[in-house]
Amino acid sequence: MSKNIFAYIAHKNGVAQDSALELVAAAKKINPDAQVTAIVVGAGADLDALCNDMAASYNDVWKLDNEDFAYPNAESIRKALVNLLPKGDILLIAHDTFGMDLGPGLSIKLDAAFVPDAVGFDGINGDTLKVVRQEYSGMVSAHVDCDLSTGAVLNVRPGAFQPDESKSAGGKVTDKSGDIGDIDVKRRFLEVVEAEVGDVDITKADVLVSVGRGIEDEDNLEIITELAEAMGAVVSCSRPIVDAKWLEKSRQVGTSGQTVKPKVYLALGISGSFQHMGGIKGTPFMIAVNKNPKAPIFQVADVGIVTDMLDFIPELTEKIEAL
Amino acid sequence: MEIFVCVKRVPDSSENEIELNSSGTDIERDDLVYSVNEWDNYAVEEAIQIRDNVGGSVTVAAVGDEESEEVLRREMAMGVDKGVLLSDDMFEGADGKGIANILKAEIEKGSYNLILTGAQAEAGGAQVGGMLAAMLDVPYASLVNSIEVIDDSKLKVGREVEGGNQEMSEIEMPCVLSIQTGINEPRYVGIRGIRKVASMEIPVHGAGDLGLDASVAGEAGAKVKRTDYFVPDLGEGAEILEGSSDEIIAKLIELLKAKGGLK
Repeated sequence: MSKNIFAYIAHKNGVAQDSALELVAAAKKINPDAQVTAIVVGAGADLDALCNDMAASYNDVWKLDNEDFAYPNAESIRKALVNLLPKGDILLIAHDTFGMDLGPGLSIKLDAAFVPDAVGFDGINGDTLKVVRQEYSGMVSAHVDCDLSTGAVLNVRPGAFQPDESKSAGGKVTDKSGDIGDIDVKRRFLEVVEAEVGDVDITKADVLVSVGRGIEDEDNLEIITELAEAMGAVVSCSRPIVDAKWLEKSRQVGTSGQTVKPKVYLALGISGSFQHMGGIKGTPFMIAVNKNPKAPIFQVADVGIVTDMLDFIPELTEKIEAL
Repeated sequence: MEIFVCVKRVPDSSENEIELNSSGTDIERDDLVYSVNEWDNYAVEEAIQIRDNVGGSVTVAAVGDEESEEVLRREMAMGVDKGVLLSDDMFEGADGKGIANILKAEIEKGSYNLILTGAQAEAGGAQVGGMLAAMLDVPYASLVNSIEVIDDSKLKVGREVEGGNQEMSEIEMPCVLSIQTGINEPRYVGIRGIRKVASMEIPVHGAGDLGLDASVAGEAGAKVKRTDYFVPDLGEGAEILEGSSDEIIAKLIELLKAKGGLK
C-alpha cells in the first residue's frame, strides 16, 4: 500500500493531547513503512514549539498558522483541510469531541471512506483495511472492512493505542499556512463556558462510590449516599444520572465530566463505556457491581460482583456500619 | 421554523443483554426489546420545544423497515406534526454515508431551517449528522447541549466538550445539529398518547420516490462494511466474587480495608 498517512494533532494551548503520539502508533499499525505527516493547526507563537515536538515523532509536520485557528473550529479547519490534503490518502483524527465534529463531514468533502471510533487495525488486503470497532457501548466488538481506494478518514478512539514514545522520526516542519485558502464559515466560535464547580470536588477524593443507570430510580439514590457515608467516601456518577438531573454535573466521571484519580473506585450499576472509563486516571482498585455479567466494566475492574445492586448495597452498608 | 428530526429504531441496550448469534454475523435479535435511540428522543423533544416557542412544524423521519413505524408513532405522540418512513429493501447494507444520502434526498423534498439528529446511536458512529451537513453544504455542530434561537437566521448553540465545559458558537441556518443527551427532559408518552396519533398517516418513501440507486444508498455503494461481530480476548478481567451474599460482603469488606477503601 503506497498511501500516505496524515494525522491531525489535537492540542490545547500548544500542548499536544495524548492522542498525538497514539496516532503515530495507529499509523504504524496500518503500515509500518508509511510516511506519516502530522498536521498542526493553530495560531501564534506556541505553534512552532509544538511543531518541533511533533517532528521528533512524525516524518513531516505541516504547520497551519492562522489567527482564525486560535480556537479549533471544526467548520473552518475542515475547509482548510479540503483545500490542502491530497485526494486518496488516509487521515487519522482522534475520536474526541473535536474529531466527531470534524471527521464525518470532512470524509464527504474528500470523497473518502469514514470509519468512526476505530479501536484497532487488523491488516490490509489490497485496498481493504480491516478495522476493529465496538458497538452497544462496548458489549460487542465488530470487524469492519474499509475501502481505501478513494482515501479514508479514520477517527481513532483516544487511549486505544499505546503512544509511540520512540521520538526517532527526525522529521521536518513545513509551513503550509499560505495554502490554507478560503476558510470563511457560517459557524462562529464565541466562548468556552467552564463547568460549574459543585459543592464537592470528586477529583480530590481517594474513595469514590460511583453510581450509574443501574440505580433505576432517583429515590434509590439514598442507598448510595448511605453507603458512601458509611465508607467515608464521596459519591460520583456516570452520565445518565446527570442527564436525568438526579445529581449535579460536577459529580460526573468521564470524558465529558471530571477526570478522577482515586485509590478505590466502586462502580455501581455502571456498564463501563469508554467515555466513562476515560475519566478515570491512575490505577485505582476498582470494584464493579452489575447485574449484567457481560457489562464491559468487568473487563477493567479488579473485582466484580454480579448481582442486583438494589438488594446488595443496603446489606453491604449495614455490615460496614456494624464494623 | 421548519424542523426535520432523524430518528432510529434500535435494540434498547438498557433492557437487553447484547450477545452474538451462533455464527457471529449479527447480534442475537430474538426477544430483543427495541425502542427509539435515546439521543434521538432528546432531539425530538428539543424540536418540539423550539416549535412551541417560535412556531413552525416538526417532521420526524426514520430509515428502516416497517417496524420503525412504531418508533415514529411514539415520537409523533410527543407532539410532532408529521412522520415519514424511508424504507426500501435496497437500503439494506447502506453505510453511514448511504444513510445520510437517503436522509438528504428526503430533506431536499421539503424546505427545512433546522435538521436535528441524535449525537450517536447503538453502533457509536456519531457520523450521520456531520455527513448530512456536508452533503447539504450547510454548517454543522455536534454534541449540542443547548440551543437558543437568536432570530430567523441564527442560533446560539452550546457543544458539550471535554471536562464538562461548554463551547458556545453562533451558527447560521439552515444547519444540522447533533443532539447530546441531557439537553432537555424528554416528555413521557403513554399508551393514550400513542393511541391519539394512531390514525395519523405515515407516508413511506422508497428508493424510487427519493431518486436513489444502490450506488449511493445501498450495499453496492458502501465503502464501509461490517463483516462480523466477535467477543475480544480480554485477558483475565475482574475476579468475580461468588458465594452467598454474606460471604461476598465479608470478602469485599476485607478487600476495601486492605486497599484503603474504608475510613
